[in-house]
Amino acid sequence: MDTKIIFEKSFNRSNRNFITKMDVIAKDLTEIIPTSLIRKELPLPNVPEVEIVRHYVNLSNKNYGVDTGIYPLGSCTMKYNPKINEVIARIPGFSQIHPLQEDNQGSLRILIELSKLLTEITGMEGFTLQPAAGAHGELVGLLIMKKYFENKNILKTKIIVPDSAHGTNPASAKMAGFSIIEVQSNEQGEVPLDHLEYAMKQGDVAGIMLTNPNTLGVFDRNIKEITRIVHENGGLCYYDGANLNPMLGVCRPGDMGFDIVHLNLHKTFSTPHGGGGPGSGPVGVIEELIPFLPEPCLISNKDGMICVERKDTSIGRIKAFWGNFGIILRAYSYILALGAEGLSRVGRISVLNANYLRHNLKKRFHLPYDRICKHEFVLSDKGIPNDITTEDIAKRILDYGIYAPTIYFPLIVNGALMIEPTETETRNNLDRFIDILFKIYDEAKENPDILKKAPHNTPIGRLDAVLAARTPKLRE
Amino acid sequence: MDYNLREDIKYTASHEWVRVDGDIGVVGITSYAQHQLGDIVFIELPNIGLVLEKGSNVAEIESVKAVGDLQMPVSGEIIEVNKALEGTPEMVNSSPFDDGWILKIKIKHSDELGTLLSIEEYKKIIESEGH
Repeated sequence: MDTKIIFEKSFNRSNRNFITKMDVIAKDLTEIIPTSLIRKELPLPNVPEVEIVRHYVNLSNKNYGVDTGIYPLGSCTMKYNPKINEVIARIPGFSQIHPLQEDNQGSLRILIELSKLLTEITGMEGFTLQPAAGAHGELVGLLIMKKYFENKNILKTKIIVPDSAHGTNPASAKMAGFSIIEVQSNEQGEVPLDHLEYAMKQGDVAGIMLTNPNTLGVFDRNIKEITRIVHENGGLCYYDGANLNPMLGVCRPGDMGFDIVHLNLHKTFSTPHGGGGPGSGPVGVIEELIPFLPEPCLISNKDGMICVERKDTSIGRIKAFWGNFGIILRAYSYILALGAEGLSRVGRISVLNANYLRHNLKKRFHLPYDRICKHEFVLSDKGIPNDITTEDIAKRILDYGIYAPTIYFPLIVNGALMIEPTETETRNNLDRFIDILFKIYDEAKENPDILKKAPHNTPIGRLDAVLAARTPKLRE
Repeated sequence: MDYNLREDIKYTASHEWVRVDGDIGVVGITSYAQHQLGDIVFIELPNIGLVLEKGSNVAEIESVKAVGDLQMPVSGEIIEVNKALEGTPEMVNSSPFDDGWILKIKIKHSDELGTLLSIEEYKKIIESEGH
């Protein structure tokens, strides 16, 4: 296979790439940009059009995405993104507008409408659509929390994060200036109420960040007790919406007692994910926290015009313009296409699919938290013959033309293999996935070497992850 | 699996070990911990002179699989760190109880030593984790 990168294909000759003549009067660069910041060279690859086309087509052939096959990446909800979303996003009235142009009432209306829908889906009272991704939403939510307490002149410096939370939770809390109290989950994968109460009573705790269902795919049955304990001790409850998919149309964070919620439109609401991004991480809040939402906010006035509103209490601006509008539009399209009934089927089928896999795979693989799961579950490499590890299994899965699940996360399971099929896989696909994992298990028993050296069928074989991490080659 | 645990050192439930000599303690991670982490690629060592309470995070251990924290087994002051680990963190994999020691501390409260685990107690913890 041709593995040359496009820079290596570049001709060493004067640049003949076609650049269109400017149709506006050009200003001299030095008038707009300080001379020290103007680059003298721009080493773009100099290749003919056909090489550029081949470059992208070959890259796309190497790529594996949810349009290629099953993508059971736990914690990431890699569901199929319906193509109707793309059709809507390409309507010129949406794709060719600029946020600074005078008349964009239609697009602003979409923002208000989506906020209303998300408010209803989550049981919150107000939303901002501006955060650019999930972790950005977390930071915004925590800054809202901080501002809320500052406004009341109460000093709060700590946040409780259970060990079953997403890795971004403690990172975001730290970034927002809090220190983290970790609460260890119990044998059922739930938050122990006595530990929580003890932690809350340590004083100046701003609240808790919780992912429910958590990273084990386990729904915390004590959720109402948890939020009650936090509230009674003067804290706020933050819901990480990364795992909202199985809850859709079944159960709302607001009804569980949460005060702040972030969503990942690129997970739950079928907008492009990973390389295809960008993401979008809207944040919803209860009424008491609405004054602190990022600005600018939108309101619909009496004659139906949508205007920008500024609030002194706001945490401020967090993103240029209105967030990733094209993504917001796709999520809006998805929600309207499915309707309330469709969304609730999404939640139920994602749970059914995960439990179908869980029930079958546990016949061979160790399932440390063996109970009905929601959208995902976590296996471990305990008891697999010949010291075969999770990494070996993941690499071997690639040989069968399937993307590997999340590995070695969550950390509370040794050798974790975290599987989330999502609702968009058919029973046939799930059966095929089970067959492949069983086959790999048999290989581990009979021919372990084939696993230890996997993958064999990919363009590049097993990489030396240790060498890469110890002596990374960051540039030529 | 046998992890070649030592009789002459004390353990914690979070998989650190301490070799106590008077009021000085040498601290590292156990053979079981390094096995679980896999190939260690980087260790962020603390500053000398830092005083930390028992249980607080003192160093970060990064492997190809995950990043783990080294916790203070007892309260104390950091008096020395194993500088050799900056260039060869893999010593924690190859020699967790000897060359792969991580730091030396001056123990603040000797009565905290009673909270540490013996080899038998630690073995039970490993078993309960299922390996």
